[in-house]
Amino acid sequence: MKNGSTTKTATRAGKGEKGEAKEAGAGASAEVQSSNGAGEAQPFVFLPPPPAEALSVPDPLSERGELVCTSETTLAPAQMLELYRWLQLTRLVEEKLVNLYRQTKVVGGVFRSLGQEATAVGTCYALRRQDFISPLIRDLGAVLVKGIRPREIFAQYMAKAWGPSEGRDLNIHFGDVERGFIGPISHLGDMIPVMTGIVLAARMQKKDVVAVAYIGDGGMSTGAFHEGLNFAAVQRLPLVIVAEHNWYAYSTPTSKQCAVANLADKAAGYGIPGYVVDGNDVLACYEVMREAAEFARSGGGSALIEAKTYRRKGHAEHDDQRYLPEGELEAWEKRDPLERYQRHLLSNGVAAQGALDEITADARREVEEDAAWAESSPMPETEKAAYNVFDNSRVPPAFRPKVFGRDE
Amino acid sequence: MSTATKKEHKSNRPERGGVVTFVEAIRQGLWEEMERDPSVFLIGEDVGIYGGAFKVTDGLLDEFGEGRVIDTPISEAAIVGAACGAALMGMRPVAEFQFIDFITPAFDMLTNYAAKCRYRWGAGVAAVFRGPCGAGVHAGPFHSLNAEAFFMNTAGLKMVEPSTAYDAKGLIKAAIRDPDPVLFFEHKKLYRLPRLREEVPVDDYTVEIGKARTRREGRDLSVITFGAQVLTALDAAEELEREGLDVEVLDLRTLAPMDREAVLATARKTSKVLILHEASRTGGIGGEIAATIAEEAFEWLDAPVVRVAATDTPVPYSPPLEEYHLPQVRDVVDAARKLAAY
Repeated sequence: MKNGSTTKTATRAGKGEKGEAKEAGAGASAEVQSSNGAGEAQPFVFLPPPPAEALSVPDPLSERGELVCTSETTLAPAQMLELYRWLQLTRLVEEKLVNLYRQTKVVGGVFRSLGQEATAVGTCYALRRQDFISPLIRDLGAVLVKGIRPREIFAQYMAKAWGPSEGRDLNIHFGDVERGFIGPISHLGDMIPVMTGIVLAARMQKKDVVAVAYIGDGGMSTGAFHEGLNFAAVQRLPLVIVAEHNWYAYSTPTSKQCAVANLADKAAGYGIPGYVVDGNDVLACYEVMREAAEFARSGGGSALIEAKTYRRKGHAEHDDQRYLPEGELEAWEKRDPLERYQRHLLSNGVAAQGALDEITADARREVEEDAAWAESSPMPETEKAAYNVFDNSRVPPAFRPKVFGRDE
Repeated sequence: MSTATKKEHKSNRPERGGVVTFVEAIRQGLWEEMERDPSVFLIGEDVGIYGGAFKVTDGLLDEFGEGRVIDTPISEAAIVGAACGAALMGMRPVAEFQFIDFITPAFDMLTNYAAKCRYRWGAGVAAVFRGPCGAGVHAGPFHSLNAEAFFMNTAGLKMVEPSTAYDAKGLIKAAIRDPDPVLFFEHKKLYRLPRLREEVPVDDYTVEIGKARTRREGRDLSVITFGAQVLTALDAAEELEREGLDVEVLDLRTLAPMDREAVLATARKTSKVLILHEASRTGGIGGEIAATIAEEAFEWLDAPVVRVAATDTPVPYSPPLEEYHLPQVRDVVDAARKLAAY
C-alpha cells in the first residue's frame, strides 16, 4: 500500500487536460499521460497536488526604487485620501487602546492588526453600503470603514455601559445589521456559515447584497469554515472570503495549519475562483475586492481572496512573540502598509505631506474625543446582567434566585 | 420543479385541521406558517424532493419551491449557521436535523452563536431547529438520542417536546413565531402512532411555549415527564389505578424555560414526585427538576423525589438490550408503588 510501490499512470482530470498536464509540477510523476489516448484504459486518474510555491505579485517600486503600492488603481485622488484616513484611524485607535490597556482601563486583551491594516481597510472600502461584513479581531479597519465609530470600540474594550453590547461582550464582538456589520465570535470559522445565511436570506428577499467574511490561516482549519463555504459555493451565493495569511495563529505558523502553499489553493476544492493579493498594498486590496465583489454580485457565486500579510504584534498585548525566527519581524516592518501607502501618495503626487499630516491630525482628534467619551461612560449596572437572555417581553429576566425563596 | 424525477410528485396539500397523526399535525403547522408568513423557510438535509427522512416536509417543495425549501449538503454547522444568519436578516428559518443525534455537529453554532446573540448584542435569532429524537425503535446508538440535557445548561435556547398531535401543531407554530431560538424535539415513535390520532382545530391556534399541561389529575403521587414517556406514564397510571393509586401526570411540553410553577404545584398537591425521562439518568434534566422541588417545595414532600430514566449507557441496538436500557411501564409502576408506600 506504500505510495511508491505502484506505477502512477497519472492523468490530470478536468478541462484542458493536455495543456495543463505539463504544468503539473514537482508533485507529479513524470508519467503524466493523457486519458484520451486511444485504447489506453487507465485504472484510475491521478491529480497532482497544487504547486508547492507560494504565489505573489511583483513588488511595485517608485521611480526612486522604494516600495510603494500598485499603480493600477481605479480610485480617484479624493478616495485615495479617504483610504489613507481609514488606515491612519485604524492604527491610531489601536495605539490608543494600547495606552488605555497600560492604564488598566481595558478590561480584556488588546488585539492588534499592526502591519495588516491594509487588508481590512482596502477590501472593505470596495464594498457597497448594503453589503455585509463579518470581520475577525484583526479587522478593526473594516469595522471602521463600515461606519462603526471609534467610541463604540473604546466603550466595548473598556466594558462600559455605553458600548453596543452594554458590557456583555468584548471588543468587536457585537453587530449592527443596519450598517452591514455582523460581529465575530471567538470560535473561528463560525461566521462563515452565518454569512452564508446572510446572503441566502438576501437572495430570498431579492436584495442586492454581497457578504464578506474575514478569516485567517488558522480559522480556515476549522470545520465550520469548510461547511459554510461549501454550502455557499453549492448555492452560488455571493460570499467573498478574505483569507488573511498573516503567518501565525497565536504561536502556530501557517506550515502547521495546512499543507498548501497558498490559502487560495483551497478555493479549487469548493469550485470557486481564488485571488492572491499583497495584503500590505491597500490599493491592490481594494482592487481585488472590487473585482471579486463584482463577480459575486453579478451571479458568479462565491470567491476567495488570499491576502499575504504579516501579524507584527503577538496574538494579544501580553504575547512576547518568542516563537518568531530572527529577522522576520524586521523584514516585515519594511513593508509597513501605512508608510508604504504614504510614500505612494507622495511619490505619485496625490497629496503633499502637509495634507497627509492634516488628515492624521484630524483622525487623532476623533480618536481622542471618542476615547474621552467612552471613558466618561459609566460601568453597567450589575442587575443588567440578568436581562436579554430571551426577549424580555416574553420571558422574564434571569434574576439571581433567592436561597430558600418562596413563590408566595 | 427544476429537475425531472422518476415519480411525479403531487403537492399533497394537508387539510386544515381534522383528525391527524402527530407527523401530519407538524406538517400542517409548517405548511400553514409558510402560507401565513413569506419569511418562513425550511432548510435541511433531504427536506425538499424527498420530503424529509420521516416525511415531515413532504410536498412542501412542490408548494413553496426551491427558494424556500432548501436541500443542503451534509453540514449541520452550515445549516444552523445559515439559519442564524438568515434570522438576523429578518427571515424565520425552520432548520431540520435528519435525526436529533446530528445536532452534535452543530453544537457550537447553537450554544455559542444562536444562544448568545441576543444577550451579546440584542439580535434575537428567531429560528426553529427541529428533528426526530428518541429511542425505542431499535435504531442504535446514533439514531436514538434525547439531546435535551446537552442544552439545558445553555442560557438562550428554548426547548420544546410535544406529546400530542394538538400540542405538536400548536407548539411548532408558536416556535416559528417565537423571537428566540427554539429547539423542537419530535419523538420519532410518536409520528405515526395510531393512539395519538386526534382532532385538531381548523382555525389557527398556537400552544404557549413555557407552559406544562396536566394530562391526568391525581391525588396520590405525581409523574413529571414529557415526550413519548408521557404515554409510558399514562399507561403506568392506568395500571396503578387498578391498585387504587391515583396518579397525576404532568406533561412538561416545554423543557426550557421550564414551567416551574406547574412543577411546584403538582409537587405540593400530591407530595410525592416521580420524574420520568428517556435520556440517561445521570446528568439528565430530572436532576434539575428534583433540585427545584427540593429547594422550593421541600416542606410539602412526604417522600424523596424519585427518578426513573434510561441506564447510563449509549442506546443499544438489539431489542432486548434496548428494552433493558429504556424506562418501561413496569419500571414506573414499581417505582410508583414504592414511592406511594414510603
